[in-house]
Amino acid sequence: MMRRLIYVTLLVLFAGACSDPVPRNIGVYLLLDTSGTYTEQLDKAEQIINYTLTRLNGLDSFAVARIDTGSFSERDIIAKVTLDDRPSAANSQKRLFSETIHEFLSHVTPASHTDITGGLLQAVEFLAEKAPGRKIIFIFSDLKEDLLAGYVRDFPIPLENFEVVALNVTKLSSDNIDPREYLDRLDMWQARVEAEGGSWRVINDLDRLERLL
Amino acid sequence: MAFSDLLGITPNPVASAGIWVVLLITLLYFARISGHKVVLTLSRTLHDAMRLGSHALANAERALRARNREVLLAAGREAKERIIEREFERVADAVEKDLGSYPQFQRNLSDVIVRIEEDYQKTMDVPPDPPGWVKAVDAVAKIDARNDNMVGTILSDIHKSLVRAHEQALEEYRGASRKRHDMLRRMVPGWRTVQKNLTEVNKNVESLLKRCQPIDRHMKEYEEIVSGTDRALQVLSSSSLVQFFVSAFVLSVAVGGAAINFSLIARPMAEMVGGTAFIGAFKTSDIAALVIILVEVSMGLFLMESLRITRLFPVIGALPDKTRVRMTWITFGILLSLASVEAGLAYMREILMQDELATSAILRGGTVAENDFGWITTAAQMGLGFMLPFALVFVAIPLETLVHSLRTIVGMLLAGTLHLASLSLRIAGGAVRLIGTLLIRLYDVLIFLPLWVETRRKKKPKSSAQSYSEVS
Repeated sequence: MMRRLIYVTLLVLFAGACSDPVPRNIGVYLLLDTSGTYTEQLDKAEQIINYTLTRLNGLDSFAVARIDTGSFSERDIIAKVTLDDRPSAANSQKRLFSETIHEFLSHVTPASHTDITGGLLQAVEFLAEKAPGRKIIFIFSDLKEDLLAGYVRDFPIPLENFEVVALNVTKLSSDNIDPREYLDRLDMWQARVEAEGGSWRVINDLDRLERLL
Repeated sequence: MAFSDLLGITPNPVASAGIWVVLLITLLYFARISGHKVVLTLSRTLHDAMRLGSHALANAERALRARNREVLLAAGREAKERIIEREFERVADAVEKDLGSYPQFQRNLSDVIVRIEEDYQKTMDVPPDPPGWVKAVDAVAKIDARNDNMVGTILSDIHKSLVRAHEQALEEYRGASRKRHDMLRRMVPGWRTVQKNLTEVNKNVESLLKRCQPIDRHMKEYEEIVSGTDRALQVLSSSSLVQFFVSAFVLSVAVGGAAINFSLIARPMAEMVGGTAFIGAFKTSDIAALVIILVEVSMGLFLMESLRITRLFPVIGALPDKTRVRMTWITFGILLSLASVEAGLAYMREILMQDELATSAILRGGTVAENDFGWITTAAQMGLGFMLPFALVFVAIPLETLVHSLRTIVGMLLAGTLHLASLSLRIAGGAVRLIGTLLIRLYDVLIFLPLWVETRRKKKPKSSAQSYSEVS
């Protein structure tokens, strides 16, 4: 009886050791639109970032990058972190991250252009490298892309297994005149993301942040 | 072939159905004997198989009941032996305590008796009798000396001398008597000492006799168990049931304690082994906390075994006393270390929680409220963390009782299940046989018409023969 029990235990352990470990961590990349009048919304962005930090655990990755003229560049990453396995160290990292973001948002200068596609591509690369169990890209923007002349962004972005969440998509003054522009903008991004295999969500009600993660 | 096709052999479906019915009845009539045999054989076979199965189950039940009986008696015998052994140890302790000083006591008693005897011997010395001159003095005193002065004077002197001598002798007698009385008075404490000592001995002996009464009772029960009487079995069965439920209750309480212990150390364990590593579907930190608790329970088991309070591992009980005592101290040391680790982890838990609260508050843009009484929670957590491992040590006692009583309970349940299964098979066998008979009757009902005709035809020749005999 005892021998049989030992065999079963060993078998279970062996089976557990052989199977590939499934990553359970989360990777979050937040694209921050700092262009034009949207900078007025940045206090909400800070709120979202801090809330996201409270929901992250050890080994989760988080990066915040601004969407600027050419966002497919690491220089636009404001802060990034992979939280430590130990809760106490993870807490310290969260505080440091929050301070960095606060410091950035206190002295942010408005960007002249908005390169959402470049930012998305950068986010995909970052998260693919981290290889978390769940990959989420937050886009804190009005979703109006404004590229500098000569920048090519009409190419597919590999978004398979990515969750893309548009946050606080504010209406522009032109949207007020013709709301179809706003709806078209949302539809266009949704179609683009879903065409590449990603999932798409829009959260405008920031009072219910629990839906974020 | 569909049912509608069957009804299509003639243009009229009713006629087709009628033809089929006639054909079927005819077929059934001619196959009557074989049909009956088939039904009968099937029902009998099934009945016999079920009956055989029932017998087999009943045999298994008997064997199991015999085994249960043996297990119960063996367990009862072992338990009773332990109780009797303990009672003997108590009596031995009492004898050592109460009668251990008996040689000294006997010596004292002998000394006192010797002293009393000596004093008694001394009192045997008879004091000198008062002189026997009293009569002479009286006689001299009665002589009439009025007529002769000289004789009177002589007699008077004699009388005086005699009186003086008599008084002197009486004084000596009184002195000797006083000495004897003094000696007797000195003997009184000795007598009292003897009486006191003898009363004490009596009390000790009575106490021993009283202690022997439970032994007699246990011995009587033990003899009943050894001879395997039904009464002994009944007592042991009910005792097992009670022990099972009581130990299960205590173990469930212990499981509650272990759960609290787990929640105390699981979170800070993440700080040691990481909070995100998984083994299977479980967090490594949770498994580590569970392992610590299980190690504590195991150490508790070994400690109880080393102290010979429980007997789950005969190997430990059979160890030499020196090794056993060493093992006791080692397991106690490990338990103490684990309890200290747990107290530390409980403290760590509080620090981590405060840190997490502070971080959350900062991230949400609030401030952390200072709590002046936080130390009470911390101290309580540390105290719990330190005490619970020692409380879990006592799990060994109900566990042992549960293991022992579980054998009996499981055996009884299995025997009951076998009995039910055997009974069900027997009932089912009987039912199958009845169903077979019923099917035969139903078969005959289906072909009642040809059967009726057959009966009529069989009766006809009988009646003609009868008429023939009547005519002749």
